Amino acid sequence: MTATSTAKPVKGVASVRAWRPMMLQSLPLKVGVLVICLLWTLPTFGLLVTSVRDGRDITVTGWWDALIHLFNTRWTFDNYAQVVNAQGMGNSFLNSLIVTIPSTVIPITMAAFAAYAFAWIRFPGRGLLFTIVVGLLVVPIQMALIPVLQIYSVLHLTGTFLGIWLAHTAFGLPLAIFLLYNFISQLPKDLFESADIDGATHYQIFTKIVLPLSVPALGAFAIFQFLWVWNDLLVSLVFLGVNANVQVMPVALYNLVGNHGEQWHILTAGAFVTMIVPLGVFLLLQRAFVRGILAGSVKS
Amino acid sequence: MAVQAASADRADRARRYLVPLGTVVGLVILAVGTVFLADPKGAANLLAGIYDATGNATGATALRNGQGDTFLAKLILAGVALIVGVGGIWMVFSGASAIVGLLKPKMQARIIPWVFVLPALTLLGIYLVYSTGVTIWESIVGDKGFSDNYGQILKPDGLAAIRNNIIWLVLGTGGSVGLGLVIAAMFDRVRREALAKTFVFLPLAISLVGASVIWRFVYEWRPASQPQYGLLNAVWTSFGGQPINWVATPPINTYLLVLIMVWLQTGFAMVVLSAAIKGVSTEVMEAARMDGANERQLFLKVVVPIIKGSIITVATTVAIVVLKVFDIVYVMTGGRYDTDVLAVQMYLDKFQFFEDGRAAALAVVLFVAVLPIMFINLRNLRQQGVGK
Repeated sequence: MTATSTAKPVKGVASVRAWRPMMLQSLPLKVGVLVICLLWTLPTFGLLVTSVRDGRDITVTGWWDALIHLFNTRWTFDNYAQVVNAQGMGNSFLNSLIVTIPSTVIPITMAAFAAYAFAWIRFPGRGLLFTIVVGLLVVPIQMALIPVLQIYSVLHLTGTFLGIWLAHTAFGLPLAIFLLYNFISQLPKDLFESADIDGATHYQIFTKIVLPLSVPALGAFAIFQFLWVWNDLLVSLVFLGVNANVQVMPVALYNLVGNHGEQWHILTAGAFVTMIVPLGVFLLLQRAFVRGILAGSVKS
Repeated sequence: MAVQAASADRADRARRYLVPLGTVVGLVILAVGTVFLADPKGAANLLAGIYDATGNATGATALRNGQGDTFLAKLILAGVALIVGVGGIWMVFSGASAIVGLLKPKMQARIIPWVFVLPALTLLGIYLVYSTGVTIWESIVGDKGFSDNYGQILKPDGLAAIRNNIIWLVLGTGGSVGLGLVIAAMFDRVRREALAKTFVFLPLAISLVGASVIWRFVYEWRPASQPQYGLLNAVWTSFGGQPINWVATPPINTYLLVLIMVWLQTGFAMVVLSAAIKGVSTEVMEAARMDGANERQLFLKVVVPIIKGSIITVATTVAIVVLKVFDIVYVMTGGRYDTDVLAVQMYLDKFQFFEDGRAAALAVVLFVAVLPIMFINLRNLRQQGVGK
C-alpha cells in the first residue's frame, strides 16, 4: 500500500515525508538510482532480446550487438513458435494452468473456513490446534517428500493432477491459515453478534459476511500462492514428474536446459514463455501483491 | 396469511432436504470426475467417444492411439479439472454444512467447527505431521542405520554442502537485506519512486528456474578463440581478462549462484523495508536534524534502530528461503563443480541413488537448521503485533 504510493511534495509543508530532506534530489543520487534500475533489468532484457534473434546469430555476436545494429539484425518470432509447438511448451502451459488454479483455490478455501472457526467459534482444543498449525510453518517441504511419495505410490496418486493439488494445498495451508486468521480475527465483533441474533448459521455468516469482507486478504494470499505454485520446480518434479502429458512449465524449462543447453534461441524463448503469466499477474496486481508481502511473509 | 406462511414453511422444509440431496448428487459427480482425472488417457478416450457418436471414426482412432486432436482433449481435461478442483472443494464444505444443518441445533453447534477445520487439519496431519515423524524415523533406522545416514553428512561431500549452505545463508541473506535497505533508502528520495521500485521488484515474479536460465546466459562461457556472447565474459575480456567458465570454476561459482538469489530477493527486502522507512515519524526525524545529525547518522542511528523489527522479519524470511535453496543449484550445476547444497544432495540421494535413509537424514538436518530462524521470525512477528 504505502510502498507503491509516492507522495508529491506539497508547497508550504516543510517536509511531507520524513525521509525526504530538501537537498536530496541531487544528481549523484539520481544517477545511482538509474544505474541500479538498469543493472537489475539488464539480465532479463538480454534474454528477451536474444529470444527474438535468429538462432544462427545468437552465438556469433552478443545480444547488445543486435541492438547496436538494430536494423541489420534478423529479428524473428520463430523461436517462440518452435518452443510452443515442437518443444511442447504449449502443452505444459495448459498443465500449469490445470495445476495452479485449483492449487490456489483449494488451500484458500480450506484456510478461510479453518481461520474463521479458529477465530470465532468456541470449540475444545482450538487454542492448541491453532498453535500447532502455525508451528507447522517450520517444517520444510523436504521433510514431506519421502513419506508422501510412499503414500502416493500406494494410492496411485503419483503423476496425477489430484495428487499435486493436494500436495500444494497442504504445503500452503499453514501460511494461509496464519495470514487469514490474522485478518479474520480482527473483524469487528458486533458483526457476528447481530448475525447471531438473526439466527444465521455459521456457514451463512462465513459466506455472507466473512468472505466478502476478507477479499483483500484472500486476494493477497491468492497472488502469493498462485506465483508460488506456478514457479515451483521441486514439488512438481517429485509428485508430477517429467512425463510430457502432465509436466508443468518449470519442469519443461528444466528439461530444455538439459536437452538443449547450448541452443539459446530455444532456451531464451522457453524461459520467456514460462514468465509471461507471472509477470502479467505481477504487473497488473502489484499493489495487492505488495499488500500480501507486508501482511507477513513466512512461507516455509 | 396462513396459507402464505404454510407454503413458505413447506418451501423451507423442501429446501432443507433438497440441499443435502443436491450435495449427494454433487459428491457423486465429484467422485466420477476424480476417477476421470486419475486416468491418464481419460480425456482422449472421452473425446474419442464423442467422435464415435458423431461419426468421425478416423478422429476417434487417432485419439485412442495418442494422436489427433490431443490438444482439444487436453482442453476438455482442463475444464473437468477446474470444475472438479475448484467446485469440489466448495461442494465439500457447503454439502457437509447442509447435512449438519439437519441435526438438532445443539449437535450442530458441537459439530460445525470440526466441519470447518477438519479438512485442513487432515491434510496437515498427513502431509506435515505424519511425514515429519516418518522422515525422522527413517533417518534413524532406514537403510544402513543411524550412523551411516548421519555419518554420510560428516564426509567431505556432506561437509562441502554444509559449507556452501553457510555461504548461501550469510551472503544471500546479508546481500539481499543490505542491498534492499540501501535501495529502499535511496529510492525513497527520488521522484517516480514506484516506477524505480518496479524494476528491482520484478524478478520476484520470475521462477527460480527462469532466473537460472537468465543468469546462465549471463555467465555463458566460450573458449578464447570464439566470440563471448555471455555478458559477464564479454565485459571481463574487454578489460583484458581471459574468458572464465564461471559456473564450473570453484570457489567463485557458488558466489555467482548466490548472486542470482540476491537479485531475486532484494526486491522483497526493499518493499518491506521501504514501507517501514516511510513509517518513521516526521517528528523523530526533525528532532534528530535539530540536534545536528547528518543524513548518514540519521539513517544509521535513528531510522535503522526504529525499523529493526522489519529488518529481522525480512532477514529471517530470506534466510529460510536461502537455506532451502534447491532450484538454482539444481538447474545451474546439478550440484557439480563443488556447488552442492543440502537440498540438492537430499534430492539426488532420494531420486538418483535411492538412499532413502540418507535423504531423510539430510532433510532432518535442514529442518533443524531452519528451526531457530523460524522461531526468531515468529517471535518477532508476535512482538510486532501480528498473530496475537
